[in-house]
Amino acid sequence: MSQDTTVAVEVHDLEKCFGSFVAVNRVNFQIARGEIFGFLGPNGAGKSTTIRMLCGILTPTSGSGKVAGFDIVREQRQIRQNIGYMSQKFSLYDDLTVEENIDFYSGLYRIPNSERAARKEEIIKTAGIEEFRTRLTKDISGGWKQRLALGCAIIHRPTIIFLDEPTSGVDPITRGNSWATIKEMAAHGVTVFVTTHYMDEAENCNRLALIYKGTRIAIGTPMEMKTVIMKDQVMEIQVPDSEIWSERVRAVSGVKQTALFGTAIHAVVESAEKTGPAIEALFKGAGVAGYTVRKILPSLEDVFVSLIEEYDHEHIKAA
Amino acid sequence: MNLVRIRALAKKEFLQILRDPRSLILSLAIPVLLLVLFGYALTLDVDNVPMVIWDQDNSQTAKHFILDFHNSRYFKIIGYYDTYQDLVWKIDTGEAMIAMVLPKDFSRYLGSGQPAPAQFLIDGSDSNTATIARGYISSVIANYNQHFFAHAVAGVTIVNPQPVSFKPRPWFNPNFESMIFIVPGLIVVIIMTIAALLTSLTVAREWERGTMEQLVATPVRPNELVVGKFLPYFCIGLFDLILSVIMAKFVFSVPVQGSVALLFALSSLFLCGALMMGILISIISRNQLLASQFAILATFMPTVLLSGFRYPIWNMPAAVQAVTYLVPARYFIVIVRGIYLKGVGIRDLWQQALFLALFAAAMIFLAIRKFKKKVA
Repeated sequence: MSQDTTVAVEVHDLEKCFGSFVAVNRVNFQIARGEIFGFLGPNGAGKSTTIRMLCGILTPTSGSGKVAGFDIVREQRQIRQNIGYMSQKFSLYDDLTVEENIDFYSGLYRIPNSERAARKEEIIKTAGIEEFRTRLTKDISGGWKQRLALGCAIIHRPTIIFLDEPTSGVDPITRGNSWATIKEMAAHGVTVFVTTHYMDEAENCNRLALIYKGTRIAIGTPMEMKTVIMKDQVMEIQVPDSEIWSERVRAVSGVKQTALFGTAIHAVVESAEKTGPAIEALFKGAGVAGYTVRKILPSLEDVFVSLIEEYDHEHIKAA
Repeated sequence: MNLVRIRALAKKEFLQILRDPRSLILSLAIPVLLLVLFGYALTLDVDNVPMVIWDQDNSQTAKHFILDFHNSRYFKIIGYYDTYQDLVWKIDTGEAMIAMVLPKDFSRYLGSGQPAPAQFLIDGSDSNTATIARGYISSVIANYNQHFFAHAVAGVTIVNPQPVSFKPRPWFNPNFESMIFIVPGLIVVIIMTIAALLTSLTVAREWERGTMEQLVATPVRPNELVVGKFLPYFCIGLFDLILSVIMAKFVFSVPVQGSVALLFALSSLFLCGALMMGILISIISRNQLLASQFAILATFMPTVLLSGFRYPIWNMPAAVQAVTYLVPARYFIVIVRGIYLKGVGIRDLWQQALFLALFAAAMIFLAIRKFKKKVA
């Protein structure tokens, strides 16, 4: 394993089994310092299990890894001192006030007394919760709680922060606020490991890994995902009554799949050059006017749907 | 172990207790409730035994004899009847426990210097109370006999009617008041129950609410967590102990005969074990409801039934006696009664103290170990 200080996180063949169930299946990746690394995948794919192994909460069944230079099997305590972690479920104390929660985590991370007040103010200000400081946490709304939780998770200025679905179930303003905080931290050299299933958020990441059924099925920058990694191409079709046409476009030879995006149809095709004219021929034959068919850059959602289907297809064939 | 982290944990826990009315009520109401209930209501004393009388003789002598019962605080004469059916009916309905029948010739026998028969029908269903009541009857009659002779012999020498004079001198509780026996034992029950019940919720609650997930991702060590949770409850336990000792003295007039310092020192030892047992239960069960039920089952029941709190251990079958050795309250009750009633010191109690230390050490060890396993 490299001693490179530019590497914040690296794992090799990381595996976690619960009984006979393989939750995480020999996953590999490397994250550079200051990177925002998105870990994407559907529910139950193994995202939380991976995060918990990286944070020193779970011990892997096999494989190895380093976080902030510490071994994830043997140096879990050092890891915990150097990282921040925000779990999926809100996990501050409802029956403590905002300030008391912050004080509690200041104590746990042994923030020097001289710095405590300043850090507390910083967290309260960043999260925009000045008016709630003496309120019980259970009496403030979900979005504010989430911002407070994020603040508590970074109170000790960790070099790496792990966020497990930080924005699930919160309002758009809080999502925006959280991402602003995340980007701000990354700009200061903090490495951010974030799981999400919001594709628009994934675009904020420097690099992404897609995990599905415990397996890492793709890794790269968002642009690489859309261009190199996704072998198929996407065509956007604008046509009146698109919901009716969607089925018929799918029947065209060379079209793998169609989906509706607003009023447009996205068709996944092996080759835009070959299949494009075939689709246009369909409309011409039916006498439809006012249609457009053009090749577009796939959205991350297109990429992931396509990659997952490909994976399922291969594994069904294999089985 | 790091003191800063322990302090943060203890402070957090303390704030949570203050904000949780359930914990506060449990920790304040249970000692008072148990003391009042056991001290006043569930007393073991046999006073005011209800009694009915059929006085067939109706003489001055018989009236005198009855007066002795009337004046005793142990009996309460609830009625006079003149048929057996009435007496039996009163006993059958449970209104009376004792029926006294004085025959027609009662005074004539006494006057002629012969033994006078007096019949007592006793409801023996509750054998303990019946035995005690029978003892009271004997002592009232013995008393009567003594006075009778003293009066009859005025001026005349007579053979001493009691060749052996029985002069009992009960120690530690001269009036056989059950309160004096029960109250120190209650302190044991209170500490054990409160300690285990309160702490049984604390770790389980963190698992249930998901706060543990965040906690285990911090540098907190299992032993710090256990100690941090332990400290506030230790304060509550000590507070309850002080409350119980004060109530014992001022409400029940049961003062500490021995060293109060020793009482508190050894109580702290017991409190440690009991609190850690609660934390252990909480760690194992992960669920508040299950944990509290298990805590009651594992502490209150054995402490009341098998510690010698009310039922003497030497009276139990050997197999049950063997089980009592596993009940930590068994050792502590000897200590508390020893210090409270007999005023004995550590020289007589060191063995029990050793067992308590063992209990506490085992609980601390198990709690920390179990917690480490649960997290990994």
